[in-house]
Amino acid sequence: MSELKTQLLVIGAGPGGYAAAFYAADLGMQVTLVDTELNPGGVCLYRGCIPSKALLHAAKIVSESRDAKNFGITFNEPRIDVDKLRAWKNDVVSKMTGNLGLLAKSRKVAFIQGKATFIDSKTAKVQKVDGSSQNVRFDHAILATGSRPIPLPNISDSPLILNSTTGLELQTIPSSLLVVGGGYIGLELGTVYAELGSAVSVVEMTQGLLPGADRDLVTVLEKRLKTIFKSIMLGTKVAKVEPTAKNVKVTFENPDGKTSQETYDKILVAIGRKPNSSDLGLENTKAKVTPKGFVQIDLQRRTTDPAIFAIGDIAGEPMLAHKASHEGRVAVDAIAGKKTVFEPKAIPAVVFTDPEIAWCGLTETQAKQENRTVAVAKFPWGASGRAMTLNRTDGLTKLILDPDTQRVLGMAIVGPGAGELISEGVLAVEMGSVVEDVKLAIHPHPTTSETIMEAAEGFFGHATHIYRPKKS
Amino acid sequence: MLDFKLPEVGENIKSGNIVAVLVAVGDVVKKDQPLLEMETDKASLEIPSPCDGTIKEILVKKGEDAKIGQVVMRIVEGKTSGAVKAAPKETPQPAPIASVAATKESPRPAVAPAAYAALTQAATAILPEAPVDVPAAPSVRRFAREIGINIAQVPGTSAGGRISIEDVKAFAKALNTSRATAAPPGAAAKPLPDFAKWGGIERQPMNNIRKKTAEHMTLCWTTIPHVTQFDKADITKLEQSRKRYSSDDRKLTITPFLLKVMAAGLKTFPEFNASIDMAAQQIIYKKYCHIGVAVDTDRGLLVPVIRDVDQKTIYQLADELGAIAQRARDKKTSLEELHGGCMTLTNLGGIGGTQFTPIVNWPEVAILGVSRAQWEPYYEDGKLSPAPRLMLPLSLSYDHRLIDGSHGARFLRWVCETIEQPFTTEFEK
Repeated sequence: MSELKTQLLVIGAGPGGYAAAFYAADLGMQVTLVDTELNPGGVCLYRGCIPSKALLHAAKIVSESRDAKNFGITFNEPRIDVDKLRAWKNDVVSKMTGNLGLLAKSRKVAFIQGKATFIDSKTAKVQKVDGSSQNVRFDHAILATGSRPIPLPNISDSPLILNSTTGLELQTIPSSLLVVGGGYIGLELGTVYAELGSAVSVVEMTQGLLPGADRDLVTVLEKRLKTIFKSIMLGTKVAKVEPTAKNVKVTFENPDGKTSQETYDKILVAIGRKPNSSDLGLENTKAKVTPKGFVQIDLQRRTTDPAIFAIGDIAGEPMLAHKASHEGRVAVDAIAGKKTVFEPKAIPAVVFTDPEIAWCGLTETQAKQENRTVAVAKFPWGASGRAMTLNRTDGLTKLILDPDTQRVLGMAIVGPGAGELISEGVLAVEMGSVVEDVKLAIHPHPTTSETIMEAAEGFFGHATHIYRPKKS
Repeated sequence: MLDFKLPEVGENIKSGNIVAVLVAVGDVVKKDQPLLEMETDKASLEIPSPCDGTIKEILVKKGEDAKIGQVVMRIVEGKTSGAVKAAPKETPQPAPIASVAATKESPRPAVAPAAYAALTQAATAILPEAPVDVPAAPSVRRFAREIGINIAQVPGTSAGGRISIEDVKAFAKALNTSRATAAPPGAAAKPLPDFAKWGGIERQPMNNIRKKTAEHMTLCWTTIPHVTQFDKADITKLEQSRKRYSSDDRKLTITPFLLKVMAAGLKTFPEFNASIDMAAQQIIYKKYCHIGVAVDTDRGLLVPVIRDVDQKTIYQLADELGAIAQRARDKKTSLEELHGGCMTLTNLGGIGGTQFTPIVNWPEVAILGVSRAQWEPYYEDGKLSPAPRLMLPLSLSYDHRLIDGSHGARFLRWVCETIEQPFTTEFEK
C-alpha cells in the first residue's frame, strides 16, 4: 500500500473543513482533503443549509403570492411540480459543490473521496470509494467530520419516517406530516412542507418552540406559524411511533399525562444532532472525546493530541457552518504558528422561517440565567415604513445593552430578512460599540435596517417614529 | 507502587505549606479522598488521592514546604491493601483539586496595577485560560495577542471603555519603559492573600477615575525620584488682604493667591517649569504658565488645569477655580482640561493636617501641597511677641533628577517670602 505525505490532512470537507483546507493552501501549505462525497460541501451544501434554503425560497413565493390577495393581487392556487422543484434544488447543490471541487483543484488541494481513520498520531488510513486504500502521513491533521441527525430511539426504519436528510430529498409531498421537534430544523422543514401543501403538525417536548431563543421573538413567529401549521403541540411527548405500510400511527403523551393517538402519512424527526466522533480511530491517537461525543479541544482548537485539531460540529456547540469555518481558519493559523485563539463575542444564529429569527451575542434569556442586569432597547416593526410596504409589520428589533457602559452586548431580530440584518449586530458587538455608535450611524431609508438605528434612538428616549410621553 | 507527586494546584503556584497530613502509613484510601491539606499564598486546599490504594510511605511532614511535582507519598494501588498491581508506566494525570477555597476571581482583572512591572507576568500571557469579554475590536484583540499583551489588562480610553489599537500600543510602551527602569523583578506582583479566611469581604470594581489614578500615581512614583521639602509661610498679612478684598458675592480663598505666587515662582525658577526627556537627554523648558489644581470629587481625584495663571488677576482666578471645581463635581470636566499643566497645587488645608508628601504629577517636576494654617506664637529677638502669627504649612515635592535640594529649598523659601508680601498691587490690575 502506498503512503502519501502531506503537511496538513483535513478530514471532512464541510464548511469547516474546506475553509480550513483552502486557507491553509493559500498560506502555502501542502494540503490533503478527504471526504466521502464526490466534492467538498459537507452536510451544509449536500443535506443542510443550502438545499433547505432553496426549498424555503420556493415556500416563500407560495406564501407571498397568497398574501398578495390582501392588496388586490390574486393568483390561482399554485401548481407544484415536485420533480422540477427537486431537480432545481439538486442543481443548486451540484453547481455549488462542483465549484468547490474546482476551487480545491485550482488551489492544488489534493481531494480524496473516501473515509479516513487514524492509525496513530501521524498517520491516517483512507479507504477510497473505489475500494483501494491509502495511508496518509501528516504533520498536522484537522478533524471536521461534522454531525448527523439523532434518530428517535427504539423505532424501526421506515421510508415514512424522515430525518432532515431524507426530508430535504423531497420524495413526495405527504398530505399529512408530523414534525417531531420544534427546533430550527423542524420549523424550517415544516414550513417548506406546509407551503407545498402538506397539513403539518409540530410536536415539541418542552414548553415552547425554539428552546433557548428569547420568548418575545418566538411569540411573533409562533403567531404566524399557527396560520400555516395544522397544529402545534407543546409540552407533549411522542410516546410511541408505529409505522405501517401506508402511514404512521403516533401516540402522544400530553402535559397532564393523558395519551392520544393520531395517524400521519409521514413523520419528520428533527430532535437534534450528534457529533460524528466514533469510527475515526481516535483511540489510536492522544485525542480525547467528551461524554457528549465532542472532541476535546483548547482555545486554538487543538485536541489533546498536539498534531491533531478539531473544528465545527465535532468540536462543540453551537453546530453552525459559519462557526466551523471560523474555527477552521483559527486552527490553520495555529498550525502556521500564529498567536491565535477562537474568541468570538457573537456567533450569529438564524432561523430561516417566515418571519426569520436572528440573534447574536448575549440574549435576554441568557442574561436572566446568568443573573446579569442588562438594558434592552426595542423597536417594533409596526412603526417601520419599510415593513408596512412589505405588508409585514409583525417584526421586532432589539438591542441588549450593558447599562453602565452602554456597550452593545447582543442584538435580536424577528421579521422577514432578519438573517440579513443581524450582521450589523455582530459587527457592533465584536467592535465593542456603544449604543450611541449605532444611533449615530446613518441607516438607509426606507429599509428594515432602520429599525436597528431606531431601537438605539429609543434607548435615549427619542426614536423618531415612536412617541413616548416623558416620565416625570 | 505509585510515586504520588504534588499536583499542579493553580497558576503560578510553585509550592505550598503542608498544614496537615490526613492519612497515615498503612491507611487504605479511596480515589479523591483528601491526603494532605496544603496552604499556598492563594488558598488553602486539600490534595486528593489519585487512586484507590494503600499508603506505603509519607515523605512530607506537617509544617514543611513542598514543591509542586515533588514526590510526597508512595501509594500501593488497588482496592484492597493486599492487591499490588504492576507499577504504571507513567505518572497518572494529576487528580482534580477537590476544594480550592475562594479562588474565584473577577473575570476581568482590575486594570490599575500595583506597578506596571507587576503586570509583566500576567500581561504577557499569550493565551489566556479563557477569553474574557473585553470591549475591543477583533483586529485590536489580535494585535495585542501578537505583541504578547493580555488585552484584559489594557485600559480603554474610548466610549464604554473601548480599547483602541493606540491604547494597546501605549500600554505596551509603558510596560517596556517600566521594565527597563522599574523595580527589580520579584519586588511586586505578589498574589493577594485570601482575605476571606480572616472574615467577610466584598469585591467592588474600580471606577474609571480610580483606575486612572492608580495607574498614573504608579507611573509618577516609579518614574520620579521624589524629595519633599517642608516650610511655613506667615500669612497673617495675607489673611487681612484676603478678607479685605472678599465680598459677600465673591468670597476669596487662599488658593488664587498661592496660584499667583506659584506662577511668579515658575518664572523666577525656570527649572520648576520644565519636563525631562530622558530618551533625548534633554530638558524641556516651558514658556507658558498653566497650573493644575487637585479637586476632590465623590468619584475620586481630578486635576483640571488653569491656563495662563500669570496673566490672570486674583479675581479671575477665584472665579475660574469655582467654575472648574463645579465642572469636576458635575462630571463635566473635558479631557482637554486635564492636560498641559506645568505644576500642580493640592490644598488639603480644608480637611486639616500639619504636613504631607504629595506625589509629583508627571510629566511635571514639582507639586505644592498646602496644609491647614495655624496660629503660632512668634518670637522677636528671643522674646515672645504679643501678636501670634498665622502660619501656613507648605510641602514641596520635586523631581530630584532635575531639581537639586538647594534649589528646592530656595524655591519654597522664595514662595513663603513672596506670600508674606502684601498683595495690594494685584488688586489694582
